[in-house]
Amino acid sequence: MAFLLALLIVAITAGLVWPLAAKMWWTPLLASAQGGDFDSHFLLSMVMCVIIFVPAQLALAYCVVAFRDRAGAKASYSHGNNFMEVLWTSLALVFFIGMNAKGQSMWYHQRMEAAPADSLMVEATGEQFAWNFRYPGADGKFGKTDFMKVDNSAGNPLGLDPDDPAGKDDIVTTTLVVPVNKPLEVILHSKDVTHNFFVREMRIKQDAVPGMDLRIHFTPSVLSKDLPPHPDGTKGEYEIACSELCGLGHYKMRAFMQVVTQEEYEKFLKEHAR
Amino acid sequence: MPHAAGVAHDTGQALHDHAHAMGAPTSFWRKYIFSIDHKIIGIQYYFLALVAVFVGLTLSVLMRFHLVYPTAKMWDLPIWKSIFNGQQMTPEMYLTLMTMHGTIMVFFVLTTAPQGGFGNYFLPIQIGAADMAFPVLNMLSFWTTLVAFIIMMAAFWVQGGAPLAGWTAYPPLSGIGEVTGPGEGLGQSLWIASIGTFCLASLLGALNFIATTLQLRAKGMTLMRMPLTVWSWLVTAILGLLAFGVLLSGGILLLLDRHAGTSFFIPGGLVLNGQPLVDHKGGSPLLWQHLFWFFGHPEVYIAILPGMGAASQILSTFARKPIFGYRAMVYAMMAIGFLGFFVWGHHMFMSGLSPYSALAFSLMTGVIAVPSAIKTFNWLGTLWNSRIQMTCAMLFALGFVSLFVTGGISGVILAQPILDSYFHDTYFVVAHFHIIMGVAAIFGMFAGTYFWFPKMFGKMMNETVGKIHFWLTLAGTYAIFIPMHFLGVAGHPRRYSETTGVDYLKSLDGVHMFISHAAFFTAAVQLIFLGNLIYALWKGPKAPKNPWGCTTLEWVCDSPPVFDNFGGKEPEVFHGAYEYSVPGAKEDFIMQNDPQQVPEHH
Repeated sequence: MAFLLALLIVAITAGLVWPLAAKMWWTPLLASAQGGDFDSHFLLSMVMCVIIFVPAQLALAYCVVAFRDRAGAKASYSHGNNFMEVLWTSLALVFFIGMNAKGQSMWYHQRMEAAPADSLMVEATGEQFAWNFRYPGADGKFGKTDFMKVDNSAGNPLGLDPDDPAGKDDIVTTTLVVPVNKPLEVILHSKDVTHNFFVREMRIKQDAVPGMDLRIHFTPSVLSKDLPPHPDGTKGEYEIACSELCGLGHYKMRAFMQVVTQEEYEKFLKEHAR
Repeated sequence: MPHAAGVAHDTGQALHDHAHAMGAPTSFWRKYIFSIDHKIIGIQYYFLALVAVFVGLTLSVLMRFHLVYPTAKMWDLPIWKSIFNGQQMTPEMYLTLMTMHGTIMVFFVLTTAPQGGFGNYFLPIQIGAADMAFPVLNMLSFWTTLVAFIIMMAAFWVQGGAPLAGWTAYPPLSGIGEVTGPGEGLGQSLWIASIGTFCLASLLGALNFIATTLQLRAKGMTLMRMPLTVWSWLVTAILGLLAFGVLLSGGILLLLDRHAGTSFFIPGGLVLNGQPLVDHKGGSPLLWQHLFWFFGHPEVYIAILPGMGAASQILSTFARKPIFGYRAMVYAMMAIGFLGFFVWGHHMFMSGLSPYSALAFSLMTGVIAVPSAIKTFNWLGTLWNSRIQMTCAMLFALGFVSLFVTGGISGVILAQPILDSYFHDTYFVVAHFHIIMGVAAIFGMFAGTYFWFPKMFGKMMNETVGKIHFWLTLAGTYAIFIPMHFLGVAGHPRRYSETTGVDYLKSLDGVHMFISHAAFFTAAVQLIFLGNLIYALWKGPKAPKNPWGCTTLEWVCDSPPVFDNFGGKEPEVFHGAYEYSVPGAKEDFIMQNDPQQVPEHH
């Protein structure tokens, strides 16, 4: 029985580590400038975790076999060892704090430094169960909105105030279209409940909380048309998948994000200009 | 294994004690239903959790079924029809099942069985007390918990059905009413009322546990001689006392938002279903998240600490070796309890929390990993140079250690905000918390059940059947939850009723199929446990006083113990709880109330 348990523990350990170590299973294509930080830190963290996980599981499997109840086996009478306690406490402290500190600097660069001054600003507003994206238009300014003026059927899902000149040229779309290699700042809003803006290829995620103005910035680096197709042959596209429970249609609260060339982007703006 | 000679109670003494079980009630109602005996109350909590765990398990099976067969018709059962309209399961039904699965499992299983069940039964006996400090309050705690469970279950049958906002119930989704979704009407209000009632019961229970441990210890039972199980129940009670009050207040505020027109959690300017919401403004959805997780993170430790205590007790017993680093184990539990109140923000890295706060919460989470690692090292140290007896209880305790390592290590990934900006709310999180908080804690309960069943019911469970249950459960649970990590790495969001709404999920359907079938299998395997339990209650062989050769005071009592545990004679304690394989001793264990000498140790 001891051997069987040891074998099972080893098999479980291999089953978890092998697909990741052999990269049989890994994160999808990386398509943003800052996402490399995530990938490298995830890899480092996984390696560090494996360094703890595998020996711990194997030690358990070893103990189960080596110290099984056999004729003549005797348990030692020991209440512990203070040196060992101090040793592994210190090691754990250095290990966990060290890895944590490394990740913190990346977090700092991504979330606490302001978006570059030349960033393209887009407002993304979530509602049950769709997104609307707003571009400030030629004047570079978002017009005022008023929640009392929201009227989906009249084509004003965001409640744009018709009396505000800054809002006259605002463009509202349901697909996010952005130029490649240009820093992008997304301002997240929600009309009703909490939603979440997640694009896996960009390694970016942030809740959209009603009543709050939350901003994230990143630089898309791969054109949509260069995305690998799905295994079934259909076109690969960037999908914004809601990642905060928002109600019965949560699973289908998805919008597309297109990363295009500068020329295509300008064409898109012209087509949608008001 | 024969009962230790030389302890205070031999067979003749036990018979004598029976006659002196003072104040024992004689009527059926006072003895078994409205009992003030902590042992009966412990069993009541245990059976409540047993009912709840099978309800929760059934809900999860239905969820896994819907995920892989979204268009299949459900059975034409009256109970199904009384809850849901039509046989076709809809996305909102999935969310209802998910919400109720999470809630029932966290509150009525993970909080109820380890603390209310085993804690109630064994804490007083292990410290040599005749009962809890406040027996009537103890009875009230149980009945209040039962009322909470009935209110929770009632949510299934009200207009609109049970809520769909998840066990975390984030407003505004949970704070406005039916307009945000089905089940968000009366169902959500009942959910909040049930949780509030549960909090009240848990507060009363926590007070009782703390008072009992501090006041009713037998002569010689110093704090540092207490079994680690007692320490784990004490620390859990302190966490409960500090955490449940906060959730209770949060729940009251949420109810006021829903029914009294307040706006604690509801900001202004909302538009729901195209209609502006004019009667709320000024609230903060993040306030709820702070209150909820200030409770919610300590709750994780409330669920797992008693499992750690039971695992320590059982590993030492069946390794026939003293626990390695007893003091380090105690300090590690205290550290986990203390630090547990400073890490709640790690659930909110992507919520709109200030990125500066995220730095602090992340660092604290890194620190709390240290005492968890210490515990793991000490368990391995306990096994080193031991003589392992592979009983069912031991197998589950060993499984607990493996699961604790697996579930803990993915926490190191999730503790980092930079990595959470991918993994937050994906299946990686589902895998992580199910392994550490769900399966590991449940392995602690299984270990506890196989270990203490003889004492609780005076009968033995079948070891062979128990071992089959162990092998299939360990393999089955890992088969369910290992692949969930891979879903998370692929960016699969959690709480999705179907995989049809996002294209990149299509390629993951095979993984879901595997997980679902592993889940059906593992759920079915639990019937083996139930069968073993029921058969043992009915026809199990009679249990001796101390079948495992264990040192703690519950094994001094009869199986099951008399009304006041020790027959009116308070035991005297001479040494710590883990004196196994003492050189020169008559047997390979020395009980805590055995006056024979043990060697000096730190």
